Amino acid sequence: MEPAPAIRKWTDRASAKWLLLAAVIVLLAIANFTLSTYYLRIINLVGVNIILVVSLSLTNGFAGIFSLGHAGFMAVGAYTTALLTYPVQRKPLLFPNMPEWLQFVELPFVAALLIGGLLAVLCSLLIGICVLKLHGHYLAVSTLGFTVIVNILAANLTDFTRGSSGISGLPPFTDMWWVYAIAAITIYVVWRLLHSAYGRAMLAIREDDLAAEAMGVGIVKHKLLSFCTGAFFAAIGGSLYGHLIMSINPNMFSYSMAFGLVLMLVIGGSGSIAGAILGAVLLTLIPELLLNKLERGIELFGVRLPQMYGLSQVLMSLALIFIIILRPKGLLGK
Amino acid sequence: MSYSSEYWIQQFFNGLGLGSIYALTAVGYTLVYGILRLINFAHGDLLMISAYTVASLIGFHLLPYPLAVAAALVFVALIGLTIERLAYRPLRGKPEETTLVTSLAVSILIQNLALMILSPQPRAFSLPSFFSATIRMGSVSFPLINIIILLITAILLWMLTLMIKKTKIGIAMRASAENLQAALLMGVNLNSIVRTAFVIGSVLAAVAGILMAGRYGRIDPFMGFVPGLKAFVAAVIGGIGSIHGAAVGGLILGFGEILFVAMLPPDLSAFKDIFVFLALILMLLVKPSGLFGRPADRRV
Repeated sequence: MEPAPAIRKWTDRASAKWLLLAAVIVLLAIANFTLSTYYLRIINLVGVNIILVVSLSLTNGFAGIFSLGHAGFMAVGAYTTALLTYPVQRKPLLFPNMPEWLQFVELPFVAALLIGGLLAVLCSLLIGICVLKLHGHYLAVSTLGFTVIVNILAANLTDFTRGSSGISGLPPFTDMWWVYAIAAITIYVVWRLLHSAYGRAMLAIREDDLAAEAMGVGIVKHKLLSFCTGAFFAAIGGSLYGHLIMSINPNMFSYSMAFGLVLMLVIGGSGSIAGAILGAVLLTLIPELLLNKLERGIELFGVRLPQMYGLSQVLMSLALIFIIILRPKGLLGK
Repeated sequence: MSYSSEYWIQQFFNGLGLGSIYALTAVGYTLVYGILRLINFAHGDLLMISAYTVASLIGFHLLPYPLAVAAALVFVALIGLTIERLAYRPLRGKPEETTLVTSLAVSILIQNLALMILSPQPRAFSLPSFFSATIRMGSVSFPLINIIILLITAILLWMLTLMIKKTKIGIAMRASAENLQAALLMGVNLNSIVRTAFVIGSVLAAVAGILMAGRYGRIDPFMGFVPGLKAFVAAVIGGIGSIHGAAVGGLILGFGEILFVAMLPPDLSAFKDIFVFLALILMLLVKPSGLFGRPADRRV
């Protein structure tokens, strides 16, 4: 008996996926050997943003929790990892008032990443139990409040964070293999979660939480699951980001970071993983390759353009407003 | 720690001043939310626009102070109307998340336009010298500006309440906040009441912006965002949709913030905003409809 067409189609799709994955690995390897550090940094930034936006799509896109807390979770991860991996020899100089037990800690990168992620999960549990009963605007402002609180802590717990001057000289642990391996894991986890009973329940809650509750779906439980998973990967993404830039400060994780991630998600299409990836790629490359140069002021057709700080954010927010009005589901949304 | 009674009287007036500014700003959130169920994140940035307008008009000696203030109020009202027309009207009836993202985008847009046109450096801002006088009563002295802020706020909110209660457009606004569909069936012109709500909210925010700039003495392109968020928290505490609620919520938040700073050691005062957002989360958990709001009904 011939296999049913649907099954054959599925296996074709699966092999196409493996081919795509292999192609990405080969391309990354080639890039790793041929490109300059400047472009490698941008490619890594793309990967970090994929991790962040795909994990954001789990909460904001699929579970219908409009969270602006991602930047806060990133900060939790980035600061934890930075403190745990910072070379012991230089710690007393940089953090003279740090408690002694932390002065002598220097962990491997993976361990620090995981601890940062778990700490963010703990935070998200505490916050989530409080705010996930809320809807829409209330939820958005409460999670934004979390991001603001983390920012204030980062700016003022100077013994640990060195305040607004931030921590610089982080070891450059973030390389392409770390970033893209974790990006692949993130995509896989989110994809598996979506195609499980949990994912179905999340979608049901997003579409109509009253109906879902009436059908016996535990709303808080499922929302918490997606919120905590999102927070975990946000923290990992934040740590990778910190060790990529090799310095962190509170400003990096402010509400404009939270907004930037939402922007990537909405422009790519918040109801699809592919959309999240596309949004992350496009909105990392365009500012990095084009707008940031414009901001610093370049020569264009012989005309010296003035410096225009803020230009890239201006254009991005305009793009977002247009996309929302003209194509509310985003570029790849269903 | 013990402080003299003079200290507490001063802190009382500080709380009144700050609370009034929150109250003025919160009214804008509440009016618009009542009708459209939209939180306008860009509302806080109107404070900044107004302060910069006054500072520029005065700085270049273009207008005397009263006219500069009037010009700023008109300008900010126009900006409010423009935002409503271009960004929010096309999205009427769309899901909450859509309008939420859009209003965030508008806010970031305004802040960064300001960054581009103006400079990221903060600049000094001063009200006419009359405002910076200190009043001395026996051994107590406090800056006059807090009293002026309170008076201006009280007068404006009193006028607004009269307008909402007595005039035709005010009644239409209340009707729409009560039940939009029914109000539309009764012939209420939605666009005109939304415009009115945006104009009133923007003018009050403009006043709040000038008063806030005068109180702190410096302005920068991001000065409006966090106070805007706090004013939203004030509106939620008072019960979003209620004007009295916004006023009371603003005062509670202002007093709370000042008390927090006054009672705790100085090195903890930087953490005062944490108190604000914890207050929000607590309020939403205990009584989501706020002090004066009515519980939102959800229809299945």
